[in-house]
Order: sequence, then structure tokens, then C-alpha cells
Amino acid sequence: MEIPYTVELRRDTGLNNGKIGIWLFLASEVMLFGALFASYILIRTGAPTWPRGDTILNVPLATFNTIVLISSSVTMVMAWASLMRHRFGTYRLYMGATILLGGVFLVVKYFEYSHKFETGLFPSTNNFLAIYFTLTGLHMLHVMGGMAVNAYFWGPGAKLWKTNPEWFINRVEHSGLFWHFVDLVWIFLFPTLYLL
Amino acid sequence: MTTDHAVDIDKQVRIYITVFVSLMALTIITVAISRFHLPVPIAVTVALIVAIIKGSLVACYFMHLISEKKLIYAVLGLTAAFFVALLALPVLTVHNGFWIHG
Repeated sequence: MEIPYTVELRRDTGLNNGKIGIWLFLASEVMLFGALFASYILIRTGAPTWPRGDTILNVPLATFNTIVLISSSVTMVMAWASLMRHRFGTYRLYMGATILLGGVFLVVKYFEYSHKFETGLFPSTNNFLAIYFTLTGLHMLHVMGGMAVNAYFWGPGAKLWKTNPEWFINRVEHSGLFWHFVDLVWIFLFPTLYLL
Repeated sequence: MTTDHAVDIDKQVRIYITVFVSLMALTIITVAISRFHLPVPIAVTVALIVAIIKGSLVACYFMHLISEKKLIYAVLGLTAAFFVALLALPVLTVHNGFWIHG
């Protein structure tokens, strides 16, 4: 049985089901991170003292990671634009670059975490580090999830391009929406945790 | 692919590159401002304003929100309302539940 409204638009909403689905999912993600941000505000405003992020965390590494993640957002949207231009080879290059940049982000984060653990800084050390590890850890899980989906559309999932290119373009667009959301979350995490 | 469609995508690609350069510039500005060690309320305000500008650029252009359908705006509007309520809850607790006790 064929899944309805994968490519064609619904008359009532003017959207296909995938687009509505991914935006509803992103709305739930906003609430998930929102709850953690609200907890952060509550704990920080209630604390008698609070350390500046740059006295504990590595700002140059985080700045580098911000540049990496923003670049990956551009390569992601360029991958989608390549499909819209029917240039599958270019799509593969951009999508590959997006996955690679996601990998670079995780490697940098691994070094950051390792350094913290080596110097005896753990989530249990203080509230600041508990929030830092929770928020960045959850964000890292999202990066991993996004990379897995992107890798699928770079590799085996790309077969759909030959049989139903419009559906494939939609799927890449939706995967891109999630990836940009991950970038968006980092845009707020970076100043909140590292610079203030 | 029609010529009009190709021109449209080319135009969008130019926008993506402009947004990318703007995001890079704003990232540098965020880090540079933090070096001034401003008082916390001012630092928080400035950092949030820059982050909101960056976030809006990503949402509007990379996520194509600038040309999205009404239903998506409605979903996001509802999410924004709940998000603000969620953030307001800790602020309300500062006054020790005055809205309950009168």
C-alpha cells in the first residue's frame, strides 16, 4: 500500500505529511530543551555565586565547534539545493561534508570532555558542571541522531533518488530541518554556557 | 527543470552564502563582546540578542520559515507560548508563590 501525501500536498494544510510531522517533532524538542533551560535559569538565579563559563570551559574550542556546526548547516542546505537542481553528485559531496563536520564536532567534544574528566571535573562536581554535561550531552545525542539519518540518506537511502526523486528531496529537506534545529540549539548553548 | 526554477534556486543559494557569512560575523562578535567582561545583566542581554538574531537567520533562511505555510506558523506560535510559560515559571517562584497565597 502506498503511503499518502509523501509528495503531493494535502488540500487542507497545503503541506505533505512529512513536513507537518517533522515540525511537530521539532516543537516537542523545543519544549525538551526549554525545560532544561528553565531549570538552568532557576538554579543559576537561586545560587549565591555562579562561575563564568570561560573560567572553567575551553572557549576557543567551543568557538571552533560553533563555526563547524554553522558550516555543516550550510552544507546541509546546499545538499538540498543540489537535489533541487538535479545534481546528485554535488548532493553527495555536500551531504558527505555535513556528516564529516558533524564528526569533527563530536571529536572536539570528546577532547573537551576528556580534559574535564582528567582534571577531576565531573557532573557531580557542582551545579554548573551538572548543567553543562546535561545540556551538551543531550545536544551531542542529537548530533549523533542527525548524523545517522544523514548517513542513511548519503548511503543506502539514496537509492530512492532513482525511483522517486521528489520523495527523496522531501526526506532530505526534513532531515535538514532537524539538522538546522541542532545547530539552532547550539547557537543558544554556546553563549549561555561558555561566555556568561 | 525550468529556467525560472533554476534562477530561483541560484538566488536562494546566494542568500544561503550571505546568511553563512553573517552567522560567522555574529559568532566573532559574540566572542569579542564576552572579552569586555560586562556586568552580568548587560552581558546576558547582549548575548541573547545576538543569539536570537543568529537563530532567526537559521530558522528563516536555512529552515525556510520565511516562506512557510500558516499551519507551521500556528504550531510554532503555540510552542512559543508554552515555551514562554515554561521560562516564566521560575521567575514566578521568586516571589514565593504570591499568586497562590494572595
